[in-house]
Amino acid sequence: MAETSYIDWILTGVFILAKILIIVIPLMLSVAYLTYAERKIIGYMQLRIGPNRVGPRGWLQPIADAVKLMFKEIIVPSKSNPYLFVIAPTLVIAPALAAWAVIPFSDGLVLADVDASLLYILALTSIGVYGVIIAGWASNSKYAFLSTMRSAAQIVSYEIAMGFALVGVLMAAGSINLGDIVRAQEGGFLHWYWLPLLPLFVIYFVSGVAETNRAPFDVAEGESEIVAGFHVEYSGMAFAVFFLAEYANMILIATLAALMFMGGWLSPFQGIPVLEPMFNWVPGLFWLLAKTSLFLFCYLWFRATFPRYRYDQIMRLGWKVFIPITIVWLAIEGAAVVGGLGPWFD
Amino acid sequence: MIAFEKIVFYLFAAILVYAATRVITVRNPVHAALHLVLAFFTCAALWLLLEAEFLAITLVLVYVGAVMVLFLFVVMMLDINTSPIREGFIRYLPVGLSVAGLMLFEMYLVVHSRYFSAGQMPAPVPHAADYSNTRELGSVLYTDYVYPFEIASVILVVAIIAAIALTMRKRKGTKTQNPAEQVKVRSTDRVRVIKMEAETKD
Repeated sequence: MAETSYIDWILTGVFILAKILIIVIPLMLSVAYLTYAERKIIGYMQLRIGPNRVGPRGWLQPIADAVKLMFKEIIVPSKSNPYLFVIAPTLVIAPALAAWAVIPFSDGLVLADVDASLLYILALTSIGVYGVIIAGWASNSKYAFLSTMRSAAQIVSYEIAMGFALVGVLMAAGSINLGDIVRAQEGGFLHWYWLPLLPLFVIYFVSGVAETNRAPFDVAEGESEIVAGFHVEYSGMAFAVFFLAEYANMILIATLAALMFMGGWLSPFQGIPVLEPMFNWVPGLFWLLAKTSLFLFCYLWFRATFPRYRYDQIMRLGWKVFIPITIVWLAIEGAAVVGGLGPWFD
Repeated sequence: MIAFEKIVFYLFAAILVYAATRVITVRNPVHAALHLVLAFFTCAALWLLLEAEFLAITLVLVYVGAVMVLFLFVVMMLDINTSPIREGFIRYLPVGLSVAGLMLFEMYLVVHSRYFSAGQMPAPVPHAADYSNTRELGSVLYTDYVYPFEIASVILVVAIIAAIALTMRKRKGTKTQNPAEQVKVRSTDRVRVIKMEAETKD
C-alpha cells in the first residue's frame, strides 16, 4: 500500500468520480421527469391535462422549470443566519445523493459493495433531517420554525418503525448487505420478502412516505396552514436543491422497497416454466427500474387520493400502531426462522 | 510520501478538534449543538479508519440521527440566554484548571504506563477485504458476552419505562382524542335535519 504513487491516487479518484457521475446524472434526470410524471398523473386523476405547453406534450416542462429556477435570485432574509441558511440545502441534498453509493442496480453493479450497507442507508437518511431543521431555524420565520418542529418530531418517530421493519429484512436474509439481501430472495415471485414480511413491507413503505414528508404526511410543508413550511423563505436554486433532495429521497425509498421486499433486480418470472426462458434476455436493471417505478407511482397515487393526516393522528400511527406491529411481527418471524419455514427461511 | 490514511486521519482530527473547541466557545447554544453534531460525525469518520464500521455507522445513526435531533429540538424551543451562564468565569477558573490538570495527568499515566505505552501497543494489522466488522461484533456479542449484553438491554428497558413513568403526569383540563370513537361517528350523530315550514320575515 505504501508504494502507491500520487498518480495512482488521482487515477482512482477520477475513476470513482466518473462512476458517481454515471449514477448522479441519470438520477437528476429521473428527478426532473418524476416531477413531470407527478403533474401529469395527478392531472389525469383529477380530470385535468397537466403541463402540455413546453415541447411536444409538455415533455420539456421540467427543463424549462430547471432553467427558470437557476436564473432566479436567491433572497437571504434579513435577520436570518446567512451561513446556516446556505448550508441547509447542502445538508439536505448531500445524504440524499450519498445514499446511492451502496445501492446495487444489478448483480454486482454497485459503486461501493459495503458490508453494512443497510445500516449506512439508515444512518444517512436519518441525517437528512438536519437540513430541514437548520433551514427552518436559520430562516428566522415563524412558519418555517413550526414546520421544523413538526418535521423533526415526525422523522424521529417514523425512523423507529422503519428501522424495525429493516431488522425484519436482515433477520430473513441473514445479512445487512443489500446485494446479499436480494440474492437471498432468489427463486421467483413468491420467494420475495413481501409475502412473509407483509406487515413490515407495508409499514416500511408508509414510514418511507412519512420520512420523505410526502402527502398524506406532508404536515412539514402544509401549504394550507404554514405556506410552504421549512423552505418558505428559500427562492431560486436554493429552493430547487430542497426540491431535488425530496424527489431523490422518494426514488431512494422506492428503490429500497424494491430491493428489500420485491426481489430487486430478480425477474418476477423465475421458476415459471414457459415465461422464465422467454424473459431471460431482460437485464436485471430493467426489473429494478420497473419495480421502483411501481412504488413511485404509488407515491403519486397516495398524493392524489388521501387528504392530509391530522398531526396527532400521524404521531398515533407511528408510535401506537406501527411500532407494536413491527415488534410482534419480529417475534413471529423469529419463530419462523428458528422453525425453518420454507421457502423463505430454510 | 505520507500514506493516504494518514492524510485522511489528520484532516478529520483537525476538524474534530476545531468542532469540539467551538462547542464550548460559541455564544449561541444552537451553534454549539450543531458543532457537537459535526464533532460526532467526524469522530465516526475516524472510527471508520479503525475498521470499526459498525460502531461508526451506529454513532451516526443513534447520536447524530436521533439524540442530537431531539437535543436541537429542545435547544431551539427554549431560546436559552447564555450570558448569565458565562458570568463568574474567573471565579470558576481555578476549579476548572485543576480538573483539567488532573485529567491530563491521568491520561499521561495511562499512555506512559507499562501496559499501554506506544511500544506495548503494536499497530493493528489491517484485515482482509472480506472482513466484516458487523458480523464479528455480532458473533462475539451473542456468544461470549451474551449475558452482559442481555443485562445491559434489560437495564435500558427499565430506564425507558422509568423515564416514561416519571414524566407522565395527568394534567387536568387537557383534551384528548379517541380515534376509535371518532371513526365510529355517523352523520346522524352530529347533524339533525329538521322539517319545518318556511318562515316569513315578520
